[in-house]
Amino acid sequence: MKIHEYQAKAILAKYGVPVPRGEVAGTVDEAVAAAKRIGGSVVVKGQIHAGGRGKGGGVKVARGAEEAEECARRILGMTLITHQTGPEGRVVRKILVEETLPIERELYLGIVLDRAAGLPVFMASAAGGMEIEEVARTSPESILKEHFHPSAGLLPFQARKLAYGIGIPAASANAAAAAMMALARAYVEVDASLAEINPFVLTADGKTIALDAKINLDDNALYRHKDLMELRDLHEEAPLEVEASMYGLNYIKLDGTVGCMVNGAGLAMATMDIIKYAGGSPANFLDVGGGASAEQIKNAFRILMSDASVKAVLINIFGGILRCDTLATGVVAAARELHVQVPIVIRMEGTNVEEGKRILAESGLALTVAEGMKDAAEKVVRLAQ
Amino acid sequence: MSILVDENTKVLVQGFTGREASFHAQQSIAYGTKVVGGVVPGKGGQTHLGLPVFNTVQQGVAATGANATVIFVPPAFAADAIMEAADAGVALVVCITEGIPALDMVKAWDFLKHRNTRLIGPNCPGIISPGKCKIGIMPGHIHKPGHVGVVSRSGTLTYEAVGQLTALGIGQSTCIGIGGDPIIGTNHIDAIRLFNSDPDTHAIVMIGEIGGTAEEEAAAYVKEHVRKPVVGFVAGQTAPPGRRMGHAGAIISGGSGKASDKMKAMQKAGIIVCQSPAEIGEKVREAIEKRGS
Repeated sequence: MKIHEYQAKAILAKYGVPVPRGEVAGTVDEAVAAAKRIGGSVVVKGQIHAGGRGKGGGVKVARGAEEAEECARRILGMTLITHQTGPEGRVVRKILVEETLPIERELYLGIVLDRAAGLPVFMASAAGGMEIEEVARTSPESILKEHFHPSAGLLPFQARKLAYGIGIPAASANAAAAAMMALARAYVEVDASLAEINPFVLTADGKTIALDAKINLDDNALYRHKDLMELRDLHEEAPLEVEASMYGLNYIKLDGTVGCMVNGAGLAMATMDIIKYAGGSPANFLDVGGGASAEQIKNAFRILMSDASVKAVLINIFGGILRCDTLATGVVAAARELHVQVPIVIRMEGTNVEEGKRILAESGLALTVAEGMKDAAEKVVRLAQ
Repeated sequence: MSILVDENTKVLVQGFTGREASFHAQQSIAYGTKVVGGVVPGKGGQTHLGLPVFNTVQQGVAATGANATVIFVPPAFAADAIMEAADAGVALVVCITEGIPALDMVKAWDFLKHRNTRLIGPNCPGIISPGKCKIGIMPGHIHKPGHVGVVSRSGTLTYEAVGQLTALGIGQSTCIGIGGDPIIGTNHIDAIRLFNSDPDTHAIVMIGEIGGTAEEEAAAYVKEHVRKPVVGFVAGQTAPPGRRMGHAGAIISGGSGKASDKMKAMQKAGIIVCQSPAEIGEKVREAIEKRGS
């Protein structure tokens, strides 16, 4: 789960990572009041779940409350388009108003899970303010890494190695190391999948502060963080994906015309791939799970059909244990009840396949039965044209 | 022959009395697997499916001589169940549970490092040596005893590949679903290494998906060490970056984990890479015939 910058900073501050003085605002008035309280120059930052906000015009510096009002007016409610939002962009509903800082140097701190090592890895680099992927590509040697065990946390000597390694002056190194250990503690305690401070700035007066922050939370661990669950911002997610998640369906909208309904994530991806291979384009990823009950098939259909660009649907179920007659009955009932108008191609494997096919054939609906994935993909791509 | 599991494997089911566990234990027993009992804390002394239930894995192992367990306990308790099995000295632990917090798995993984236990999964369909032993949730009837080893990060996509092989009359030595999570006990390299040293496995099918670099690492291993034909497929060629495709581990992030990079690495290593998931069986048949002639 993604959260906003202001939420990430609140978490980091709780663990002892220094962050700029700031307040979140949902209206222009709130922003002006915040700017007055902070005093002096402020930076106004649009809050959306995507990077590249500055380049997209979503971050502005204001000299005083008057300019802050103008900035807030411009940013609040704007559709911010960045390289991470896609062409449709995201509407800014909240802004973060923060003090400005005399920045001396921009550094990078981040923690992710290193799959191969089976441990979290703390990364630090002197090249802050730019995307770490870019740094990793152009000068991988400039990224210092320390693995740590979640029970032990980032050890003091590791933090010092990183702090001195990225060139933080001795007078500021202890504070920077403490911030790093606090970041690692936050990562572990909130069950983050990513925690990043970019840039981590060194100010002219020798302070080290998290100028920007990003935290992604491990969805699998949210059950033990009820407080963090409330940070979910449904505005940032596609409405259909939100609806699907409520039914335990895994749905991701894509930009093609062939709707897919598949059991299992790997097979669902492979189904998208074979649609492309057959000359079509998938409209979505949809994993209905291992069981594929009648109720789930109905909900899946409703979500698929809400996407107007879907011209045909491919149902690919490799049941094995699942009974195909049950599946067929579910598909027919759902297609009837929801008045599905587009052609449907069904490929299914499991017990009672013949009975399942008979039910589909006798339904009187526009259902095409396919043999194997290749046949299914070719048929559905033809029907979608 | 086969790898890891065969007719001598004796299995305990952790979380035995749950609905899913009961159903799949029955399926495994019907397939011929030696399920010797189960573990459910607090239900020790009871009988379930005609088999003894134990409070701890240690008690279960002592009473039955089990050398494998399969885990169906809920995600919040699954990492603990893995460590309990390893502590009891169980050689093979198969964790079916989906949704275990990543940092719980970090702890379990570290715990296993110092013990002689192989973990398969979590978030996987399990392992089967056709005709001998089935531990997990895969449909037994689509398999056929034979000489192709299958390793995959997916569940139903593995069934798809196995179904294609069986339809062509090609049997399997062992099929392992290694799981779709970021941290898993057995990865592609581990499975390929085992298949490579199994004289009864003549060819290997490796099914990967987007996310991480396990396929690239396995490809390098294949290039260096494997002379048996390897056929590969990578799911997610059309997956958008930055989105988690169902599996917790299936995400292209920071430019790494792309299907195209994995396929390229596999091709360079001499692996026969399928562009379409429908041609996995056919490519294996060709590879075997070429080898035979």
